[in-house]
Amino acid sequence: MQTGVDGQARTGARGAGVVSRLVGGGFDQLRIVTLLFLAIFVIYSLVLPGFFTVGNLLTLTRTVAVLGILGLGMAIVVIGRGIDLSLIASLAVPTALALTLAAKGYGLVPAVACGLLLAVAIGMLNGILVAYAEIPSLFTTLAVGIGVAGLGQIGIFDWEIVAWPPQLDAIAWIGRGNVAGIPYSVLAFGAMAVLIGVFLRRTRLGMFVYASGDNPGATRLTGIPLRPVLVMQYVIAACIAFFAGMVLAASSASMDTRIFNLTWIYDVILVVVLGGIGLSGGRGGVVNVIIGTLLIGTIMNGLTIMNVSYEMQNLVRGLVLLVAVMADSIINPRNEETAQQGDI
Amino acid sequence: MNMLSKLACGIAMAVAASVTAASAQSSMDDPLRDGYYENLKGKKVVFVPVFMGLDLTEGWSKIMARQADELGYSYEVRNSNFNTAAGAQTITSLISEKPDVIVVQNPDVQSYARLLQQAEKAGIHVIQLNMKTNYQTTGFVGADVELIGEKQAHAAVEKCSTGEQPGKVLVLAGPPTSPFSAYMLKGYENVLNDNPKVQIVSVQSTGDYESSKAKSIAQVVLQQHPDLCAILGVWDNTDVGTAAALQEAGKTDQVLLTTSGGGGELACKGLREGLWQYYVSYDVPGQGRDLNALIMAALQDTNEVGSTKTVLYTPLVTYTPETLGDERCWTLDTLR
Repeated sequence: MQTGVDGQARTGARGAGVVSRLVGGGFDQLRIVTLLFLAIFVIYSLVLPGFFTVGNLLTLTRTVAVLGILGLGMAIVVIGRGIDLSLIASLAVPTALALTLAAKGYGLVPAVACGLLLAVAIGMLNGILVAYAEIPSLFTTLAVGIGVAGLGQIGIFDWEIVAWPPQLDAIAWIGRGNVAGIPYSVLAFGAMAVLIGVFLRRTRLGMFVYASGDNPGATRLTGIPLRPVLVMQYVIAACIAFFAGMVLAASSASMDTRIFNLTWIYDVILVVVLGGIGLSGGRGGVVNVIIGTLLIGTIMNGLTIMNVSYEMQNLVRGLVLLVAVMADSIINPRNEETAQQGDI
Repeated sequence: MNMLSKLACGIAMAVAASVTAASAQSSMDDPLRDGYYENLKGKKVVFVPVFMGLDLTEGWSKIMARQADELGYSYEVRNSNFNTAAGAQTITSLISEKPDVIVVQNPDVQSYARLLQQAEKAGIHVIQLNMKTNYQTTGFVGADVELIGEKQAHAAVEKCSTGEQPGKVLVLAGPPTSPFSAYMLKGYENVLNDNPKVQIVSVQSTGDYESSKAKSIAQVVLQQHPDLCAILGVWDNTDVGTAAALQEAGKTDQVLLTTSGGGGELACKGLREGLWQYYVSYDVPGQGRDLNALIMAALQDTNEVGSTKTVLYTPLVTYTPETLGDERCWTLDTLR
């Protein structure tokens, strides 16, 4: 895990160098957030008894592992200059479908395969609407997300909260238990981070993702199949969300499909944006997601240890995002030259 | 006529009369009946839950729908899908639609209060279900949440006040403004504040009753307080996550988990599998019956809306592994 992160950091930094030369210094938010993270981490370690212990640090990473995995899915889409608001629906509904089918005795493999197929279908729908019908991703994925959540509500499941069936206990370890003291969910996040990191930085398709986010027009002119690349991004994101959903369901022994109506999607966007993946696309990578996730995890962990109230935790979270974004815009002021079309 | 013949005559008349009556044993109209059914024709009851698809709301709704079906008034559900703004909009449009009764489950103690007041002014009976605002309407059916808190706290005291050190307790609540958070916390405080043998180490919100959040909070607190003695949970569905945290930490035997809910299948399953050891049920079938009674009272009420106000706190039932029996937990199929 540790070497994986380091490796990612190196790859990320090198990639950062390359892309920042192209874009013109858009990477300082990563540095700001890393410093912010280190500062908060050190302060907590000094002030909070019991914060800097192996047990607590593992708990910290475990609590944000699912958020981190989702962040990776969102990162791919955002790097490709899109956004996927249906990610939580892709997490909840296919997972709940898999659990429901397994509980009805369809067997482990067919149940999970059906869930995966549904996730792929959601991703395809998003991708085709964005890439071919050219509807802005914000609206497409918002609508698809609501539609998919509604699909779940009108009858796929008996209950909104689907229990983890004993038939799936053979794969329950992905969310429970640990190996050598490290929880599986953290390992799942690590493995997924390495996988996505390699995909984005080491494969041709990954480079296409950056290209399509950085300058779609130029991408198409150079002969890269822009539309299929866009579809692929959404399919990958949906599959990652399904994976995150299975980890979450195994972990809390149930899949609460109501989470679509909660504020999870904002947390995912928070992790991605906080880490410094610009919403204008083409920038950032896995390491940004990891830092963003760790920062949020650290803040929340400390606040929980201090027994700070829920409202206050939300306030602090909002303030941190605001500080990070403000610091970025002070250090990297935007003008006509640096602003990209599609900046949100 | 002498005495004897008078008596004989009387007996003969009585016999004759009873024979006539027997031959004329005819049906009679129940004077209440016609008016009762006639009055219900065309009446409309609307249920505005926080979220359908949960055992609580589906259970209540099934019981309400059955009565409506049998008695011939209309019943419909307007789901607000865990969205307070959508719920407020629903009630606003209902005020102009003017159904006879609105049954509402409030997400918090504030949001709908003014709207419910307006609805009653507009002549609609409002019955609040299990989760109430701080404004009292025609009826309230639901748990005395403060009492649930007190019961759970007593269970924690029993388990945790035996040691030398005060027993450590974690309180998991729902959304801060929800009646199930605020009033339950009051119940906990009533019992625990004056008890030096028990110490609340943390009070945390699980957001919108999220089991994953309950799990991560329980994990963090268990890490900080490995000698934790009890967790006071907020709702069975949420505390599935809390129980998962205890199981992963291998502390199911050490930590008492108390929770509450509608007493559905999950309650018994949780007790059987050792997820929780103390369960306060607010008995959805009983609540459904109370609810139907209040709806009938409202539909027959000819006084000005809001002139009578009835509160029916549900008798609570406590389940422990010792009192467990599956027949005590309801499913949608067993609801009558």
